[in-house]
Amino acid sequence: MSRIGIFTCWCGENIARTVDVDDVAKQVSSLPGVRCSVNYKYMCSDPGQAMVREKIASEKLDGVVVASCSPHMHLKTFRRAAQAAGLNPYLVEMANIREQCSWVHHDRAQATAKAVDIIRLSVEKVRNDAALDPIRVPVTRRALVIGGGVAGIQAALDIADAGYEVVMVEREPSIGGKMAGLSETFPTLDCSQCILTPRMVEVGQHPRIKLYSYSEVEAVEGFVGNFKITIRQKARYVDTAKCTGCGECWNVCPLKKNPSEFDFAMGMRPAIYIPFPQAVPARPVIDKKQCAKLIRNGCGLCEKKCKAEAINFKDEDKLVEEKVGTVVVATGYKLYNIAKEQDKAWLSGYGEYGYGKYKNVIDSLQFERLVSASGPTNGVLKRPSDGAIPKNVVFISCVGSRDNAKGLPYCSKICCMYTAKHAMLYKHKVHDGQAHVFYMDIRAGGKGYDEFVRRAIEQDGARYYRGRVSKITEENGKLIVRGADTLAGVPVTIEADLVVLAAAMRPADGIEELAQKLNIGYDEFGFLLESHPKLRPVETNTAGIFIAGACHAPKDIPESVAQASAAASKVQVMLAADELTREPEIAAINEQTCAACFTCVSTCPYHAIERTELRTGRGAFIKRTARVNPGLCMGCGTCVSVCPSKSADLLGFTEQQVYAEVEALA
Amino acid sequence: MNVQGNPVAQHSAESYPIEVLADTQLANCYQCGKCTAGCPVAARMDLAPNQLIRTVQLGQAATALRSQSIWECVSCQTCSTRCPKEVDCAAVMDALREISLAEGMVAPSQQPIVAFQQAFLDNIRRNGRLAELELIAQFKTAVFFRTGRLAFLFKDASLAPQLGKRKKLHFLPGKVRDRKVVERIFAKCSKGPKK
Amino acid sequence: MNIGYYPGCALHGSSNDYEQSLQACLGALDIQLQEINDWICCGATAAHALNHKLSLALPARNLALAERDGHKQVFAPCPLCSMQLLKVQKAIAGNGLRAELSQIVEADLRGDGQILNLIQVFQTIGLDKLKAAVKEPLKSITAACYYGCLLTRPPEVVHFDDFEQPKSMEAVLAAMGAKTVEWSYKTECCGAGMTMASEDTVLELAHKILSNAAAHGANCVAVACPMCHVNLDMKQAAVEQRYNEKLGMVIYYLSDLVGLALGLSAEQLGVNRHFVTKA
Repeated sequence: MSRIGIFTCWCGENIARTVDVDDVAKQVSSLPGVRCSVNYKYMCSDPGQAMVREKIASEKLDGVVVASCSPHMHLKTFRRAAQAAGLNPYLVEMANIREQCSWVHHDRAQATAKAVDIIRLSVEKVRNDAALDPIRVPVTRRALVIGGGVAGIQAALDIADAGYEVVMVEREPSIGGKMAGLSETFPTLDCSQCILTPRMVEVGQHPRIKLYSYSEVEAVEGFVGNFKITIRQKARYVDTAKCTGCGECWNVCPLKKNPSEFDFAMGMRPAIYIPFPQAVPARPVIDKKQCAKLIRNGCGLCEKKCKAEAINFKDEDKLVEEKVGTVVVATGYKLYNIAKEQDKAWLSGYGEYGYGKYKNVIDSLQFERLVSASGPTNGVLKRPSDGAIPKNVVFISCVGSRDNAKGLPYCSKICCMYTAKHAMLYKHKVHDGQAHVFYMDIRAGGKGYDEFVRRAIEQDGARYYRGRVSKITEENGKLIVRGADTLAGVPVTIEADLVVLAAAMRPADGIEELAQKLNIGYDEFGFLLESHPKLRPVETNTAGIFIAGACHAPKDIPESVAQASAAASKVQVMLAADELTREPEIAAINEQTCAACFTCVSTCPYHAIERTELRTGRGAFIKRTARVNPGLCMGCGTCVSVCPSKSADLLGFTEQQVYAEVEALA
Repeated sequence: MNVQGNPVAQHSAESYPIEVLADTQLANCYQCGKCTAGCPVAARMDLAPNQLIRTVQLGQAATALRSQSIWECVSCQTCSTRCPKEVDCAAVMDALREISLAEGMVAPSQQPIVAFQQAFLDNIRRNGRLAELELIAQFKTAVFFRTGRLAFLFKDASLAPQLGKRKKLHFLPGKVRDRKVVERIFAKCSKGPKK
Repeated sequence: MNIGYYPGCALHGSSNDYEQSLQACLGALDIQLQEINDWICCGATAAHALNHKLSLALPARNLALAERDGHKQVFAPCPLCSMQLLKVQKAIAGNGLRAELSQIVEADLRGDGQILNLIQVFQTIGLDKLKAAVKEPLKSITAACYYGCLLTRPPEVVHFDDFEQPKSMEAVLAAMGAKTVEWSYKTECCGAGMTMASEDTVLELAHKILSNAAAHGANCVAVACPMCHVNLDMKQAAVEQRYNEKLGMVIYYLSDLVGLALGLSAEQLGVNRHFVTKA
C-alpha cells in the first residue's frame, strides 16, 4: 500500500495568486494512498525542505509529490531533501502547477481544478516509481585536446597544471595556430609570438602533456569518461627522436621555391622545412608532394647532410590509440576564400575585387606576415608584385562577412579591431604612408577597444570611409579602388599601392568530418554548437566533449583564452573523481523478450544501444539481444517508441507509469 | 514617421507602392553604399543610389521621386548585381521612375530624358516597332516645347547625311502587320500604379 | 542549321550594319536566320523605365510569336532584347505570371525555348569547328572584348559567363587567331540608350571605355551589342572632340571578326559602314 506525501507550494504569489492552494491541498488529501497533504509558502526554502524531510520520517512515506514549479527548477533540491531523510531520491515527483498552470491561466476556479488534476497524475506516477540508483561510470582521468592554437594551448596547460595527463593533437607540423603568425595583437600591440612562444614551449616540455604534432584524429569510439581515440601520426620522414633541429637539411634542400603555408604564400619554403623558427616541436617535416627523393628517387641531399641520421625516407603514417575521459575541441579557424573557388556550392567569391588576379590585393593574414618581424620580408612592408613600399594602402572590411549574397551573413567580430591595428602598424612602419579604411560599422566592444580604433584615426591619421567597395582594377601598377562614403553620399575612388581585404572567419577545414566523428553538432557554417548559448557556452550536447576558441564562433584572443580556461574547468569537474555519476532515468531492455530486431540500435541518436548475445555459463549461445549502454544513454525514449516487442522501457518514465497517468485523467 | 527639418518631408505618411512594384524588400538594405560605389553615373546624381533608398526607408519617398538621380540612371544593373543584401536597386529605380511620371513629380531638368522615353513608347505603340526618324522628330519637338531650347532642335543634324551615306537612314521602315494587338497590349498595361 | 531570329528595332534601324554582318558571317557558317513572324519592339529601356507591366508584356508577346513559329532556339543579337526575353521566361516559370501575361499578349505562353546571344550562337556551333573553318587568322587584331551590361547581368536572369571576369568572347576570338587584352572596363556601362537623351553621359562613359582599352594595348574593341557599338563607334568623333584625344579605335561586331577570319571581305560584312574605319 502506498504511503504518499503531497507538498503543495504557494511560491509566494506566483501560484497562490491564481490557484487556491489551500483548497488544492485539501482536495488531494483524499486521493487513494495519500498519507499527508501540506502546503507552504516556499517549499524550496530551508523550512520547506525541512517539512518534507520531517514528513518522510514521521509518516514513513514511500513516495513524495511536490506540487510547485517546473522540475527544471527544483527537482534536484527535493531529491536531495528526500535522500537526506533516507528515501530513495527517485521516488520523488514534481507536479508543475506553476509554469503549466498558474502562470498560463487566469480563471481561478479552472486553474485550481487543473492543479488538482496535475497532482493526481503525479500521484499515479509516483505510485509506480521504482527506487533507482545513479549510474556510476568509470573515468579515464586524461583529456584530449584537439588543436594546438592559443585556445588548445591554454586548455592543455590548465588541465595539465591541475595534475591530469593531456594528449594534444595538432594537424600542422608545429603548434601555435594562427596566433603564431600574427605580428602584433590588439589592443596592446604586444608582439604575438613573444607572448605565445613561451606557452608553446611550456606545452612542449610539460611532463603531463603528450603532444602529437603533424597528426590528426582518425576515429573516436566510446563515451564520456571512456573514449578511445585513434590518432594518425602523419609521416614526417624525419625521426624526431634523433633530430636535433640543427637546420642543415633545410639549408641544403635544392627545392626552395614552394609557397609557404605559414606565410600564406607571401614567402617560400624548401621541401624539407620547419614552418617557422620558433616551432614546437622544432623538428622539420618533408612535404611528400614536393620532395624529389620521395617522388622520383632523386636528390637525397638532406639525408647525406644529416649528422644525426634522422632522415627516414621510408617513414609511414602510424595509427596510435589513446584512452581519454574527456575531449576539448579547439580547432580554430581559416579565412574565407575571396577568389572564385569555394568549398561549398552556396558560397561565392568576390570576382569584383581581383583577389588572385592582382598580386597586390591580399588578405589580412597575408598582411600580418608581411609586417611580421620574422616574416618573409623581415617586417619590411614590401608589396608582393615588385617589393616597393606602398605609400597608399586601402583596407577593406567585411569581405565575405555580413554578405547574404556571397553566403556568409554573420559578422566576423575581429576584423574592425585588426583593421585598425593594421592601419596603425602600417603608419608606424611607413611614416609618410596613408591608410584608407572602407568600413560599414565599427565593432569595438572590448576593454579599451573603442579607444584603440579612435587612436588609429585621431593619432595615426588613418582615413575611414563609411561604405563598401564595388570594384578594384589595376592601371599602371596602381590599384583603382572604387568605394563610397554614405555619410557624404558620394562615390570615393582611391589609387592604392596595396589593398588588404579583411576576409571572413570560417571554421578550419575538416570541421564537419571531425564533428561527425565526435558526434557533436555544428551549424550550417560549420561552427560547433554549444549546449546553451547563454549558460553553457563551452559544453556540447555530447557528454564529455567541450569546445573552445574560434571553432565555436568568430572571436579574438582574449575570448579564446577565456573560453579555453572555461572548458578546462569543465574537464576538471569531470576528471575530479574516479567515477562519474549519471542520472539513472535511462532506457532498459528486457533481454528475455527482446526479439533482436535491432530497430532500436539504428534509431538511437546517441549510438547507445549495442547488439550482444546471451550465453550460458559454458558459452553456449542462447539468443541475441539489444543492450543499452548506461554510459551513453540520454533517456530520450526513441527506442521505447520503436520497439515492436515492447521490450524497451524508460526507467522513471515507464509505459506503466505513463498509462497510469493517462487513466487517472479519464 | 515624420523627420523634422526637411521641407520636402510633407508627405510623411506617404505610401507609394515602390517595394511591390520593384518586388524587393527595402528593410534589408543596411546602407553599405556598394551600389553608389559601383554606379557609373553616381557622380552626376543629386542623390546617390544608397541615399535614394534611404529616403524611402525614412518614409520620404517624395524626395526620391523628385530627384534627378532616377533619370540619370543608365540601368546598367551593377547595383543589384553586387548588393550584399540582394536588394534589387535597379528595379527600385524603375519603380521610382514609373511612379514619378505617374504622379507628375519629374524633376524639371530631366524633362528631355523623360520626353525621349515617352516618345519612344508612343512610337512603338503606333508602329509596333521603332520608326527612328519619327522618334527623333517627335523627341526633338517635345523637348523644344517643354524647354524652349531651339538649339536642341538642330543638334546632331550633321549626323543625318553621315547616316544616310552609310545606308542607316530608313524613311520607310518595315511595319508590323498586326498593330492592333500592340494597341491592346498597351491598353491593358496602362492602368497606372495605385497610391 | 535554322534558328529563330529576333532582330529587334536597332538591327532594322540605324544598326542594320550589325544585321548585315550577322547574315554574312552566320550564312558562311551555314546558319539560316528565320526571322520571327511579325515581331514587335521588346520595349527597350523606355518600357522598363516607365511601365513595369508593359516591360514584361512586350517581350512576352515576342516569346509567344516565337513559340507559335515553332522555334526551339531564338537568337537575339541585342542583349537588351535577349535579357528581356529571359526575364519573361523567369517570370512565368516562378510565380504564376504566366496566366496574366498570356492573357495580355493573347497567346498561350510556354517559356521553354532557348534564348541565345551572339556569343552563345558561336558556342553552339562549337569553337573547335569555328577554329577549323578559319581561313585568315586575325593576326593583326589585338582586341579589347567589351561585354557591356546586359550580356552578363542580371546574373540570376541571364546565367551567362562569369559576370565579374567574363572570358567567353575572348575564347571565340582566340579560336579565330586574334589576341585579346585584359582590361578594366569589360562590363562597365557605355550609357546605353542615353545616346540622344543624355549625350553628355554617353560621351563620359565611352571615353573611359575607349581610353582604357587603348591603355591596355588594344588596337580595336569587339562588341556584341548594337547600342554599345553606336556609343563607341558613332560617338567616337564626339568623344575625341570633347576630350581632345585621338582614339582611332575600330569597333568590330564579334561577327565582323569571325567573318573576317572565315575569309569574308569587309564589304560583305558591312565593316565599311562603321563610322570609325581603318585609316
